[in-house]
Amino acid sequence: MFNTLLARLHQGHRTIEYPDAPPPSLPQRFRGRPIIDASKCPDGCALCAEACPTQAIAISDKPRIDLGRCLFCADCMNACPAGAIRYTREYRLSVRQREDLVVDSDHEMKLASALDEKLKRLFGRSLKLRQVSAGGCNGCESDVNVLGTVGWDLGRFGIQFVASPRHADGLLITGAISQNMRLALSKTYDAVPSPKIVIAVGACAISGGPYAGHPEVQNGAAAAVPIDLYVPGCPPHPLTILDGLLRLLGKIEEGKNLTPDSTIGK
Amino acid sequence: MTSSATLTPILDRLATLANGRAIDRAEVPELSFDDFQQAILAAVQLQQRVVALFGMLDPDPEIVPLYLVLADDQQSLLRLARTRVRGDRFPSLTPRCPQVHLFEREIGEQFALRAEGHPWFKPLRYHRSYRPGYDAWAEAKPSVAEAKPSVAEAKPSAAGPESQPPIVGVTDFYRVDGDEVHEVAVGPVHAGVIEPGHFRFQCHGEDVFHLEISLGYQHRGVERALIGGPNPRSIHYAETLAGDTSVAHATAYCQVFEALARCQKTARAQTLRGIALELERLANHVGDLGALAGDVAFLPTASYCGRIRGDFLNMTATLCGSRFGRGLIRPGGVAFDVDAAILDDLLKRLDASEKDCKNAVDLLWDSPSVMSRFEDVGRVSRAAAQDLGLVGPAARACGLQRDARHDQPSGIFRFAHIPVSTCDSGDVFARAYVRWLEVQHSIDFIREQLRALPSGAVRGDVKPPCPDQLAVSLIEGWRGELCHVALTDSNGRFQRYKVVDPSFHNWTGLAYALRNQQISDFPLCNKSFNLSYCGHDL
Repeated sequence: MFNTLLARLHQGHRTIEYPDAPPPSLPQRFRGRPIIDASKCPDGCALCAEACPTQAIAISDKPRIDLGRCLFCADCMNACPAGAIRYTREYRLSVRQREDLVVDSDHEMKLASALDEKLKRLFGRSLKLRQVSAGGCNGCESDVNVLGTVGWDLGRFGIQFVASPRHADGLLITGAISQNMRLALSKTYDAVPSPKIVIAVGACAISGGPYAGHPEVQNGAAAAVPIDLYVPGCPPHPLTILDGLLRLLGKIEEGKNLTPDSTIGK
Repeated sequence: MTSSATLTPILDRLATLANGRAIDRAEVPELSFDDFQQAILAAVQLQQRVVALFGMLDPDPEIVPLYLVLADDQQSLLRLARTRVRGDRFPSLTPRCPQVHLFEREIGEQFALRAEGHPWFKPLRYHRSYRPGYDAWAEAKPSVAEAKPSVAEAKPSAAGPESQPPIVGVTDFYRVDGDEVHEVAVGPVHAGVIEPGHFRFQCHGEDVFHLEISLGYQHRGVERALIGGPNPRSIHYAETLAGDTSVAHATAYCQVFEALARCQKTARAQTLRGIALELERLANHVGDLGALAGDVAFLPTASYCGRIRGDFLNMTATLCGSRFGRGLIRPGGVAFDVDAAILDDLLKRLDASEKDCKNAVDLLWDSPSVMSRFEDVGRVSRAAAQDLGLVGPAARACGLQRDARHDQPSGIFRFAHIPVSTCDSGDVFARAYVRWLEVQHSIDFIREQLRALPSGAVRGDVKPPCPDQLAVSLIEGWRGELCHVALTDSNGRFQRYKVVDPSFHNWTGLAYALRNQQISDFPLCNKSFNLSYCGHDL
């Protein structure tokens, strides 16, 4: 008993202050949002698109990266002879519309907006989610679980994972939706009372990820249910997931500086 | 009991291979089916293990070639053989050799061969067979009209006309009948952030007579998709076979690739791979110790370990940008080097995390309320572990000296030895304590390697794989031994790529641990194994 109290003193208070203070700094080699400088692209070059394992890069006149397919592996960056693609440490990546995940050199990313006033009133202070894992690698699940640890303490935002769809306000879906999980996912969705929201976390749930095109999967959750928030990554960093959830609930004010340090973004 | 002298002649006919090496496919001897099975029985009697047993497609659809990889841990050697099955069935070896039970079910499902006499011949992952038009369960299946409407709707729209696709979770589950016997069914969707799987308990009051585990919900067709590679996706398939085991699976893949392509790796690359592998073990073992504490409602260790796990994941992210080691292990070596500043930073963080970790975990062994819940719960005997072919901490917790880093060393582990940690009680306590011993050894190993990192390049030239080769790679991941086997065709492409995740061996161990236990102890027993659904389902 005495040792337990001493250990409590040793371990201290470790919950991050974010979003009231800047988030913990990310590792130097962290791969967040990629940036393309199309002006550097040699004529007719498609090496990035050929190197991409998930066909996330399309080149019409200039390259576009679909972050919904991107594994953030940097195979494109390493294949590019001109240094036209690089990965920044920008962790803010969540969007409300699928097409907003396609980034190019001309546009700023349109990050997720908050739910409408009615839903924000219902879920803003208490959001109970049922998690459905369906045909992935357990990487996204691991980093969703991390949000429940003392370091992140998701509970302080009123967000909680519940043990029944009947208790839930929505689903958080991971995985490419295997054919073998299709029925279980649609039954779970139907069991959540309306109004409800759906959050797709990770490349698999958005596009099928590395399994896109396999007959064993459905290339993401959108084939089965309507999606309200897309959180890209393979897997997304816990900070990316938390940022997405807080944006959806309107708990992050635009314009407030929440950048971990000045080196990311640009 | 047959003496070893009469057992060895048949084993002498098998080809031998060191872990992480390749052999000409022509040098793998083809045995008659009977000799093939006799070789397995002889090896198992000599305490050797079946690490892979799998089929592949043949140009003749009437024939299924089978390949066997045995591990002779005493001699640190692998033994290889092949045979051919003609037709649609073969006699099962499972009644005489339980450790092949899932391999035979897998062969049955993938190549539509009935294992005649298998006591538990059911689908494993619920997918169509790889031999078009052939199905091991064709006779047993209901037509669409007979199936329940809601289930019939669940059929994939892409289903071809030749036979009904299997319906996941629909099989003849083992049942115990009786007035006071009841059945508890759980899953596939679980009450937490957990992968999908289905569990059926046959209970008498609170006591579990039997647990049947039915998986396949995470099946995403990775083995099938690896055929024809290597291509830009191959390494990413390896990294996502089991996402919490990315480093171990990517290392196994790269070792297979390098053996097929006859590539050399630098000492620096091999050391960095070893460091990443042990960081992966640390993160997961520490997370498991915290989760075990959580399952017995001991919140201090649960809270602290949940956070300390993140410290180790973040060290991996310092190496390569990804907390799971994605992008680090690549054919020819590793994709990221470390400089003095990173080494220094990692050593400091390792010291701090070691202190926090020891402080948090020692509480478990000091708290009688924890120990009384860990001890004598979910016991697996040494004999059962041996028979079932368990691997990893689950096997070592039953007293088996079994660790691929020691028995079949590859990479850095040929030069730097990590002691094998065992415990003999086979219960939840033993599985927790083995993890704690391994945590301490891994920290020592990483510190030693960071301080004496060899100089040189981290990545060499990579050539394409050679044609008509077979390569085997065993890696001791944090859950236990994982095995990759690749066979190349005449163009050097993967003609077959077999993955055996440690969970494939160990799920039956969990079912066994639950016998005669209270059903309320299931979460605790389950966590003490912490097996992978996606690694099993592929």
